[in-house]
Amino acid sequence: MSDELIIRNLRVSIDGKEILKGVNLTLPKGEVHAIMGPNGTGKSTLAYTLMGHPAYEVTEGEVIFKGQNILELEPDERSRLGIFLAFQYPVAIPGVTVANFLRTAVNARRRAQNPEDKGIPIPEFRKLLKAKMELLKVDPSFAGRYLNDGFSGGEKKRAEILQMAVLQPEIAILDETDSGLDIDALRIVAEGVNALRGENLGVLVITHYQRILNYIRPDVVHVMMDGRIVETGDADLALHLEEHGYDWVREKVDNGTPA
Amino acid sequence: MTKETPKIVTRTRRRDEAALKDFAFTQEMVRSTGMSEFIRNYRLQAWQTYQSLPMPTVKEEAWRRTDLRGLESDRFRLPQSEAYLDLAPLPEELMRPIADGEHGGQIILMPGGSQVNLSEELAQKGVVFTDLRTAEENYPHLLEKALSKVVKPTEGKFAALAAALADTGVLLYIPRNVEIDQPLHSLLWGPGVHLAHVSHIIVWLEEGARATYVHEYASPTEAGQTLHVGLVEVHVGAGANLRFVELQSWGENVWNFTHERSQVDADGNLDWIFGAMGGQLTKNFADLDLIGRGASGRMSGFYFTDGQQHLDYDSQQNHLAPNTTSDLLFKGALIDRSRVVWQGMIYVAPGAMKTDGYQANRNLVLSRDARADSIPGLEILADDVRCTHGATVGKIDPDQVFYLRARGIPKVEAERLIVEGFFDPIMQRIPFEGVRERFQEAITRKMEVYHG
Repeated sequence: MSDELIIRNLRVSIDGKEILKGVNLTLPKGEVHAIMGPNGTGKSTLAYTLMGHPAYEVTEGEVIFKGQNILELEPDERSRLGIFLAFQYPVAIPGVTVANFLRTAVNARRRAQNPEDKGIPIPEFRKLLKAKMELLKVDPSFAGRYLNDGFSGGEKKRAEILQMAVLQPEIAILDETDSGLDIDALRIVAEGVNALRGENLGVLVITHYQRILNYIRPDVVHVMMDGRIVETGDADLALHLEEHGYDWVREKVDNGTPA
Repeated sequence: MTKETPKIVTRTRRRDEAALKDFAFTQEMVRSTGMSEFIRNYRLQAWQTYQSLPMPTVKEEAWRRTDLRGLESDRFRLPQSEAYLDLAPLPEELMRPIADGEHGGQIILMPGGSQVNLSEELAQKGVVFTDLRTAEENYPHLLEKALSKVVKPTEGKFAALAAALADTGVLLYIPRNVEIDQPLHSLLWGPGVHLAHVSHIIVWLEEGARATYVHEYASPTEAGQTLHVGLVEVHVGAGANLRFVELQSWGENVWNFTHERSQVDADGNLDWIFGAMGGQLTKNFADLDLIGRGASGRMSGFYFTDGQQHLDYDSQQNHLAPNTTSDLLFKGALIDRSRVVWQGMIYVAPGAMKTDGYQANRNLVLSRDARADSIPGLEILADDVRCTHGATVGKIDPDQVFYLRARGIPKVEAERLIVEGFFDPIMQRIPFEGVRERFQEAITRKMEVYHG
């Protein structure tokens, strides 16, 4: 059993068009990796593919986690295995409160472990939710609101991190979590992620801008371009990209000397 | 060469099936003993109206989407006295309090018999809550006051039939300024293949009265058709306040026809809730008449149809006086090959200014073969009014399902959660945990069957 998420030669198409052209990446638990790159290079495709969105067709490759090729699992099975995707555009579920939704998700996990499980007792769940909301400095009224329904951009992203805190994944993929956030909202969300960092969590931060990495310090930075990882470095790579843009990476790729 | 024998095929034209047979009821079945002359005449006239009207066909606008061919109309008979003794028994759980706390009174109507309970305290206040036959015997003056005042037997074949032949039903009468906190509950239990349950519910709140009343229809699903024809007449007096919940959990073999109307007088208020889970085919006329200045009424409906169920609501919000307010919200989900029709009309009479009318119907169609028709309508003959309406027929958004699955919730459960969420705004309007629970159980059961 491996404690890493290993992506090997992943090729993915959408509507017959190839987006990912052989992605290789290993994310060990306990580390934070960032994937940066210009728009339209396949970053979000990678995120959705790892979670199992049905619109993305895997044509080649495998993704190994805990000894299984997760590409063969349903999205909910992947989630219960410990994979989490913080959505770039969280979906509103009108009529379903944050608390009801999270309790259903927690119970789905418990039932997967033990089909006889009667579900988490409500007082225990309330305690758990309250603790996580305090940790992430989320207003208690959040629990009673309909999930993402009428939420501001910042509230949606905080709700994603709250879900992550309650579900305690081992691999978390943050897809453009910084998009649409002002600096204060970004700081709050980043603090939330940092509060959850630890030996048992591997994080993949997918971002277009470097600024979120000022708050969530990555151990490794990957650059993605045209459906491939073309450059890998440490946190300084992100700063370099911020300063010099992506052109130098593109030139390197065009000259046939990818990292 | 062999000579081919010409094959002769004769085609007889298929008989026009539109000729649905009339019911096999006869004038002898119109009860005439144990009641006042007024009531006897009311029934007899209703019978004559019934006989003069043809069975409705899809050529009539109100019945255009509900086809009665297939109804074994000539096979139904009325239950004999104590018929319930030989029929499917009433499940215990239907008798448990549906509203929170204790009932102020409970009536169980069964084929050929009934059980009536009313708290001593309410009886002493002059509240009448009894079955139809007892009402005919003991409270003719109350019936005479109410009959025909709200629904006229001439309004339709089924209204006339119910008025003429009702052998079961409820009279609820609340005297002036009497306010009741404990809910009243009645249940019509209607088992029996080829039995016709004909009911008449009369609710009369005098000025300033207040009450909560839950009426249920239920039966087991049996092999063969069962008929229910019902008439519901409600009067909410000036400044009176009624919360009226009707729950329909008929077996999926029941053909159900109801004419219902509530009239609300000046500054009175009605909170009217409809829930439908059962039945093979239902045609329901539900009208709200706001007859006095400042009257208001809210109509909330929820339904979940499956299998081959057919549910047809025809609602009217009639603003007949100034400063009246109506608010209708019907929400439903459909699976399998079921079909729902909602046709609503807000009518504002000349002179009914400062009226505020709203109607919305929202449908969630979960299977390809299910179908919902949603037809709102406005007819406004007064100035200075505000009337709005909305109708939607939608599906579950696959992105919602994916989002929930990405949190570890299996597909079936994700869909159930989305459906529950869809109903939440209407559930918020239902004051009783017991009612909400019963509906939620029905949703879960139907979704489980649907997903196999």
